[in-house]
Amino acid sequence: MIQIEYILLISAVMMFAGIFGFLTRRSTLAVLLSIELMLNSADINFAVFNRMLYPDGHEGYFFALFAIAIAAAESAIAIAIMINIYRMLKNISVDKLQKMKW
Amino acid sequence: MDSQNIMFVILAVIIVLSSIATVLTKSIIRAATYLLFVLLGTAGLYFLMGYTFLGAVQTMVYAGGIIVLYVFAILLTDGAKDQAAHKKMKDASWGVVIGLVGFLTFVFVLFKQELFKGIAALGAPTEPTGAANNSIDQIGHFMLSTGEEGYLLPFEAVSILLLACIVAGLLIARKR
Repeated sequence: MIQIEYILLISAVMMFAGIFGFLTRRSTLAVLLSIELMLNSADINFAVFNRMLYPDGHEGYFFALFAIAIAAAESAIAIAIMINIYRMLKNISVDKLQKMKW
Repeated sequence: MDSQNIMFVILAVIIVLSSIATVLTKSIIRAATYLLFVLLGTAGLYFLMGYTFLGAVQTMVYAGGIIVLYVFAILLTDGAKDQAAHKKMKDASWGVVIGLVGFLTFVFVLFKQELFKGIAALGAPTEPTGAANNSIDQIGHFMLSTGEEGYLLPFEAVSILLLACIVAGLLIARKR
């Protein structure tokens, strides 16, 4: 049978792959993809805790549902910002974005 | 092994390999494609847990919406030919160290703790009854009710957030 640890292990792999990508990738769009990985692993954890620990409740379910909506809004705004940056600087690598450094 | 375990193993292999490939591949468009497989595998996990509406939302919003948006953004910028992802191994080593140490710590804690001892394993998805009935009419009822377990306020807040998101997206990305 599928124990809760196995699903948590999968989401941990996703989370730490996302952290690794966030720290190492140079393109901002790849950084955003890593953020999506991390958000997704958090959503899995909400759903799993709701399903396995509190099968009668629905709080984790709705939290995952609203988290998906907010992730969609976040990535739409972030992509608009990336396109604007590309229009201004012709580059979206994190090494080249130094205009907003202090 | 019943069919559910086989399905779980398939989904686990897809998710783990694709999420590692997402952060290791050099081309961003390939990373987006691997991320698509991760998201579809996640939707499969939701289906496996019996949360069919959540799986459907995951497939529609993530796989159908966000990934398409990412692919368009990658093609609109020069992200598709970005090859400098792993030029500097000195920067990557920190990510490797933090990722591995964090993951091993998590695994150690997960198999040392006693919190989940009495938790029953995930069985075959049965038709839920009563309060746990997460069918679509039940979800709609929860979404639009204001009582103890209603979610009307976050529902409206998300709708305002999405409206603000549309306006801000147009405002930021428009041609000047």
